[in-house]
Amino acid sequence: MQTRFAGFADPVLDAQAGFRAVLEAMSRPGRVQQMVAPPEVPPGLSPAAASVLLTLADAATPLRLAAGAEAEAWARFHCGCPLVADGAAFVLDPAASLLALDAGTEEEPERGATLILEVASLQEGPRDERCWRLTGPGIKDAQRLQVGGAPAGFVADWARNRARFPRGVDVILCAGTRIAALPRSVSIEDA
Amino acid sequence: MYVATKGGEQAIGAAHAWLAETRRGDAALPEIAARQIEEQLGLAVDRVMAEGSCHDRGLAALAVKQARGDLIEAAFLLRAYRTTLPRFGASAPLDTGAMHIRRRISATYKDLPGGQVLGPTFDYTHRLLDFRLAAAGLPPEPAPEAEPDPAPTPRVTELLAQDGLMQREEPGEAEPGDLTREPLRFPADRPVRLQALARGDEGFLLGLGYSTQRGYGNAHPFVGEIRVGEVAVEFTPPELGFAIELGDIGVTECQMVNQFKGSRTEPPQFTRGYGLVFGHGERKAMAMALVDRALRAEELGEEATAPAQQPEFVLYHCDNVEATGFVEHLKLPHYVDFQSELENVRTMRAAATKAAAE
Amino acid sequence: MTRDPGYNFAYLDESTKRMIRRAILKGVAIPGHQVPFGAREMPLPYGWGTGGIQVTAAVIGPADVLKVIDQGADDTTNAVSIRAFFRRVAGVATTERTAEATVIQTRHRIPERALTENQILVYQVPMPEPLFRLEARIAETKRMHALADYGLMHVKLYEDIARHGHIATSYNYPVMVNGRYLMSPSPIPAFDNPKMDRMPALQLFGAGREKRIYAVPPYTSVRSLDFEDHPFRPIRAPHACTLCGARDSYLDEVLTDDRGGRIFVCSDTDHCAERQASREAAE
Repeated sequence: MQTRFAGFADPVLDAQAGFRAVLEAMSRPGRVQQMVAPPEVPPGLSPAAASVLLTLADAATPLRLAAGAEAEAWARFHCGCPLVADGAAFVLDPAASLLALDAGTEEEPERGATLILEVASLQEGPRDERCWRLTGPGIKDAQRLQVGGAPAGFVADWARNRARFPRGVDVILCAGTRIAALPRSVSIEDA
Repeated sequence: MYVATKGGEQAIGAAHAWLAETRRGDAALPEIAARQIEEQLGLAVDRVMAEGSCHDRGLAALAVKQARGDLIEAAFLLRAYRTTLPRFGASAPLDTGAMHIRRRISATYKDLPGGQVLGPTFDYTHRLLDFRLAAAGLPPEPAPEAEPDPAPTPRVTELLAQDGLMQREEPGEAEPGDLTREPLRFPADRPVRLQALARGDEGFLLGLGYSTQRGYGNAHPFVGEIRVGEVAVEFTPPELGFAIELGDIGVTECQMVNQFKGSRTEPPQFTRGYGLVFGHGERKAMAMALVDRALRAEELGEEATAPAQQPEFVLYHCDNVEATGFVEHLKLPHYVDFQSELENVRTMRAAATKAAAE
Repeated sequence: MTRDPGYNFAYLDESTKRMIRRAILKGVAIPGHQVPFGAREMPLPYGWGTGGIQVTAAVIGPADVLKVIDQGADDTTNAVSIRAFFRRVAGVATTERTAEATVIQTRHRIPERALTENQILVYQVPMPEPLFRLEARIAETKRMHALADYGLMHVKLYEDIARHGHIATSYNYPVMVNGRYLMSPSPIPAFDNPKMDRMPALQLFGAGREKRIYAVPPYTSVRSLDFEDHPFRPIRAPHACTLCGARDSYLDEVLTDDRGGRIFVCSDTDHCAERQASREAAE
């Protein structure tokens, strides 16, 4: 199936800018970054999630994708990644459970999957009670992040993901054109 | 007043200009053409193709010229070029049984189907400098030609396998790994080991192969067969779904036959050490076959004690482009670390002098 | 600076960049863990910074300003060559000023000036495995990292103390990252180790020949291994810089004659030039 939706306007430089945003997000957990968005995205994907896929996914990274047929055709065409149910390097599936994904091994923890999680909103935290309080590598003291529409039980699951370090899954949160990342090394308190 | 040396950029530029001038040599003599290197220094070109992992005689000849005959430097040039090429996929396995043969010898049989074909070899030449070559002269007498033997030339290992005397190695279905794209992981499977050896340094493999003959590893090798010639390369484009022939490449294949006493699961039989290199490179193919067999020690339940039997040791050190880079990087400035060592040694000497005085 | 149109931006093809970028992200997520990657053959020799070059090539963009140092200096031959490479293939702006750079590729030093959140420090790494002198087999060291089994290194440092009265490692001094992974800081002098601890800048490490990438995220604990009764002590030559008078910078010893004459000057040439300029301005 062909796709009528485009990829990056400039595949080389947009991917570079996209990577720097993801790198910044992963290096400074909880800080919100602006992604370079492709001119248009298929239904089922936020511009940020589409941009993350265009930046990082390709034929070498099996993708578990549950965002509708248009998104699948788009990902196959622009990323060239095999779509799989198991053993995915990238997962974009609201039904995916953090703890059921590939977490790598003690010797090769880098094989742990990256979960791309669509949420309703992302904002660097004011100190109100709905914020997450993040601590760990990449964070000077503590970073507050307000996440609208995170899956139920996410913070509890995250504690178990964190506990199996260095194994684990890394998460890129996407909302509209914004992202924030949760590397497996970070601790979350639901303040 | 001390002023730190500056002007690295100009110095580098001047060094490169000097290199170009030195490469050209005496301008009163005609410049050598890459085509001449390709034709007349063919074995150098073959070695550069093998260790440069890129079958292109013209580019390899150019690399030899650019590298002033330094073959490791030439292989490096070819590899750096190769990395920039798009990768279309993996070819079908070469059928060396269907090789258009220029040379084929077996040490295990006096005569065999397809016969012994000596081909263009140094083997029986007397190593006397030929001063006729010093003067450019007439072309050599044409070599006598024989009618090609229409009979097929089956591989010796096939003939042994038919009698159940040779271990059968099942063809793998999976696409072999590619260490130019994926880093080595251990245990490394045989296709990856063979790829590393095929790219590996001829001198290093020669030394290791030699060591297996001298008791470092329990080898009893026979040259089942060496064949040199052209084979067709086939590729199946995904959009076509059937194989097309891309062309012929020259290769040298060596199959070493080694005795194997048998294990709980396998009867006594012969096992194979395999060598395949681009172009005409018998020494390399033979050394590769010896080392391949030595690296099978663990798989065959043999005690692995010799250097040639240690996969990590062999595979991490056989690549001459990696090795030369790291050895030669020692000429880069290291004065920051040396300074820290100076202070360290001075501190230790001061402590030792003080202790001696007390 | 216009780039050479004969090459893709920053030399590497896009799928290679993606592969390196994925490895970098996993490295950041697992601070101090060596991530294997499919290092490519670069047009510069292995051992001369191919790992750092590949990391820089995967990271750098048109908005960046690149600084390249070797031994702390911008004008050492290898630094000059790498800087020229990126000018040619990426057309990026380059600088010798630490403060102006967004990406700094280094061999053997960390700049004296404290780095900021807006900077990325890329280290060239010859041997990423901190245990390699104690255990050469990579399969074995991988197992040790998995188990956080670093007893061998502690024993080695303790033997140093028993023999010399202090730890006799003066460069490439092993560090613990975030309390979990033993890591090689690359062959920087031990003097520079404390700068790595909780550095605001992201630190990326590339080993091309050994095909590993690793990272230290900003504000991450980097502790030089030591013992309570033998704390880590950074060493520098006990002199002042002849050019700028600095007593707190790392110094190069320069021989001025063959009768024992020598002077000491800052290894960080930008730092030294900046101090000289501000001294002149004050006069």
